[in-house]
Amino acid sequence: MSTAAQNPGLNDGGLISAVRAGDQAAMAQLYDRYSQVVYAVAMRVLRDTAAAEDVLQEVFMQLWRNPAAFDSSRGNLAPWLAVIARNRAVDVLRKRRPQDDISEVTLAVLPDMAGDADRAQVAEKVRSVLKDMPPPQRSALEMAYFEGYSHSEIAQKTGEPLGTVKTRIRTGLMLLRRAVEAT
Amino acid sequence: MTVHEQFAEDLAMYALDALEGDAKVSLEKHLDECASCRRDLEQLRGDAALLALSTAGPRPPARAKARLIDSIAKEPRAQQARQRLPWLAILGWTAAAAMLVLVIGVSRQNRRLSSTVAELSGMVERERVSGEEAKRVAEVLHAKDAAPFEILPVSMKTRMPSGKAVYSRDRSGLVFVASDLHPLPAQKAYELWLIPMKGAPIPAGMFKPDARGTAMVMNPPLPQGVEAKAFAITVEPEQGSAAPTSPIMMMSTGG
Repeated sequence: MSTAAQNPGLNDGGLISAVRAGDQAAMAQLYDRYSQVVYAVAMRVLRDTAAAEDVLQEVFMQLWRNPAAFDSSRGNLAPWLAVIARNRAVDVLRKRRPQDDISEVTLAVLPDMAGDADRAQVAEKVRSVLKDMPPPQRSALEMAYFEGYSHSEIAQKTGEPLGTVKTRIRTGLMLLRRAVEAT
Repeated sequence: MTVHEQFAEDLAMYALDALEGDAKVSLEKHLDECASCRRDLEQLRGDAALLALSTAGPRPPARAKARLIDSIAKEPRAQQARQRLPWLAILGWTAAAAMLVLVIGVSRQNRRLSSTVAELSGMVERERVSGEEAKRVAEVLHAKDAAPFEILPVSMKTRMPSGKAVYSRDRSGLVFVASDLHPLPAQKAYELWLIPMKGAPIPAGMFKPDARGTAMVMNPPLPQGVEAKAFAITVEPEQGSAAPTSPIMMMSTGG
């Protein structure tokens, strides 16, 4: 019997170790935990169920092929998978080859989001900050992150000076950081 | 405006993969040389990850899970390892063997450390570290200017932590292994510093010892062509520090 099947309560680190050993049941457990997060990001970017399912499949297959790419000392699995999903979805949207290997995706340590409740709390906080942001600032962030536009494309589409776009994006990210740090 | 402030807004755009053209080229050049901005970039990428996590939606359809399960069943781990074996294994073992030979040569008096290196080198292969990285390790270890740095505790203890750094200025490459390190409190980590001939210490990687006190740092991002006077280790907050914030606890005896 697989490690994951014997220990249904394994944490992410334990499941990743089991996946490294080729444990398919552990992979299924990780999928059950995080497929919704990955699918939601892919849908947000691509707005197409078939394309989002392809990204979902690709993200988890990459994890299966290279579980060592995830460094549990650098944070939780959910944000890491969410970023990989976003990057791959934007690659698809922009019709370009995958831009980075999953082992190159490194994030600063975020607040602990190992549990669904922790993650939901952080997500709710971020949504609230985005809702309260001035619309041009929120739009600039979303155009860059979810629509894959470059800084000059955003400036062109919004008619704003390049410097204004850059400032809005940086201050927008800072607002998110401060809000989560205060959580 | 400092050089870092000059790049602050571009860093945020870069974290979102939205920077392009000359600004991107210029920032990437700066990132190669600036550990502080590299850390800022990671932080900004973490901020951007919050955007990804803020998305919400339904669970994917059941067919998606069936598709994944079917795919991984067709691609079992053992088969995958065999398929990748030929050149990855050669590169991995080349790096491991080169590391072992070199470290034994320069550290006869420290058999425990050599054993650790061999073990870690084997781990490198087992973890199927990318072929490119393994090749780069071998290049550092074979470099003409590769020099060993013996690192010992400033205050001698009965069971001494020890470390060895092999550094190539020409390749800006560094391989570091340590043994018998003391465990650290939560949210603390060891930070390795390259002490240049001139100027302030340069961050050369964060690490935490495993249960047996061993640790390894392989090819951390370092500025190009810096001549090392020594290497040192301090205890820092686990997210790392741009400059040492605690006394040096271990320092090399020279190259």
